[in-house]
Amino acid sequence: MNGFAKLTWNETKLLWREPPTVFFSLVFPSILLVALGSIPGFREPSQVIGGLRAIDVYVPILIAFAMTMLAFQALPTSLAVYREKGILRRMAVTPVGPTRVLQAQMLTSLLMALGAIAALVIAGRVAFAVPLPKQLFAFALAIVLCSAALFAIGLTIAALAPSGRAANAIGTLLFFPMMFFAGLWIPRAAMPANLREISDYMPLGAGVQALQDATAGAWPHPLQLVVLAAYIVVFGIIASKVFRWQ
Amino acid sequence: MSKQIIEVSALHKRYGKQVAVEDVSFTVDQGEIFGIVGPNGAGKTTTVECIEGLRKPDGGFVRVLGLDPERDGAELRQRVGAQLQESELPDKLKVWEALDLYASFYPRPAEWGRLLESLGLADKRNTRFGKLSGGQKQRLSIALALVGNPEVAILDELTTGLDPHARRETWDLIEGIRERGVTVVLVTHFMEEAERLCDRIAVVDSGRVIAIDTPAGLVSRVQSEQRIRFHVSAPLDESLLTALPEVRQLSRNGSQIVVTGTGNLVNAVITVLARHEIVAGDLRVEQASLDDAFVALTGRDLDRTIMSTRSA
Repeated sequence: MNGFAKLTWNETKLLWREPPTVFFSLVFPSILLVALGSIPGFREPSQVIGGLRAIDVYVPILIAFAMTMLAFQALPTSLAVYREKGILRRMAVTPVGPTRVLQAQMLTSLLMALGAIAALVIAGRVAFAVPLPKQLFAFALAIVLCSAALFAIGLTIAALAPSGRAANAIGTLLFFPMMFFAGLWIPRAAMPANLREISDYMPLGAGVQALQDATAGAWPHPLQLVVLAAYIVVFGIIASKVFRWQ
Repeated sequence: MSKQIIEVSALHKRYGKQVAVEDVSFTVDQGEIFGIVGPNGAGKTTTVECIEGLRKPDGGFVRVLGLDPERDGAELRQRVGAQLQESELPDKLKVWEALDLYASFYPRPAEWGRLLESLGLADKRNTRFGKLSGGQKQRLSIALALVGNPEVAILDELTTGLDPHARRETWDLIEGIRERGVTVVLVTHFMEEAERLCDRIAVVDSGRVIAIDTPAGLVSRVQSEQRIRFHVSAPLDESLLTALPEVRQLSRNGSQIVVTGTGNLVNAVITVLARHEIVAGDLRVEQASLDDAFVALTGRDLDRTIMSTRSA
């Protein structure tokens, strides 16, 4: 195995050695889906959310949940700890370099997110007959853009946080408003118009809507793609400017 | 005969307005253990970080194996192994995983299983980094510095925080590295360590090299006095000894005689005693150490704890 493959494999093993992270990003979203689906009202079509069933709209919301968990908590905390402990500095004197650690961690998180997404889609389909994404390519595009935007923000958190503890706190603090605009408490379709308008410009608002449209068989609205791309560019630049290796 | 492996010339580095390295020059020959010694904040670590390519010098010239650390960093990092000060590993990474990982970074890695054995970590193979003792962590970081089969190993404060036993074990290890033909640069503020291991030492203070010499050479620069202590087998006329030009002072400490002086003191005293058929028993010679040399060169103590244990 070459250096990068081994690095990614090691990071994967290390991620699996953090049971809370594995539980909350990989297992918990599916448990939550099943719990919500066991409420009879969630399985009935509702006019409030445009004739869909609540369980249908919760699949993309919980996909966003899993991705945010990884991008806002696992990734920044781990990178900030690596910097704190001099691991990134140590990597800088090897032929592989510290950038590879960052890439390996993002790849590891992405693979974990894909696992969580597969679990959610399958659980939704098997337990509650949630339709599979009709426009697969658009669905994949939405996942790539949404996770890239979240990772860019996560890297910015890692760049700004002075310690692993601080990174964890910032990630947690941001997690709840992010999930609110993703529709975890009130699905977007049920939000008052002004809230939904804010949500349109939030990374998870745009991401969840793009996933939902792709599931229904439609290409994402250009606004959502532009919003996600803007987050990727802006936070990607900030992170690359402020990120310190030591 | 000996090839220059590292060349540092007029190195200068500042952080903002603070000058970390004012003017440092030295060369390191192939196969030697070269020590960089000095008090905390002298610029030792900054100097080696410029050699490793971790920092960009503000002035001067650095070549390692003929490579420019800034320009040829990629090749340099394949041929130089480094142990950094205060650098750890993920707590949950196992010892073998760390070695296997770092070995995969290099084109011609060492066989890490053997390395593990020679460093006495074979039974810790499956232990997580966070569960290792300080000495074991330090040995693992030495192993990681060597796993790429480097031509040069740069070790920064490798025994800081170790207990005396672990420190001595680590020293044996460094001597083992030299035997494999690896050139070693050792940064330390322990004089005992430098004296024991280094072929040559650069004494650095306030960002400047104030002396480069062998440990013995540095000691001999100090016009420090020697002190000998002994018991005599028969009554001694003190004036026999005080008359010697080498002797400055003679005192009695109970039945023990203490003579201080300079030059070839021991020989002069023993010769006089022998001529009068007096045997000097329990003879002990206390000579200037590298610590004394350092104090003389810089005007201050390098490490008070070492000083006090040595003079005790």
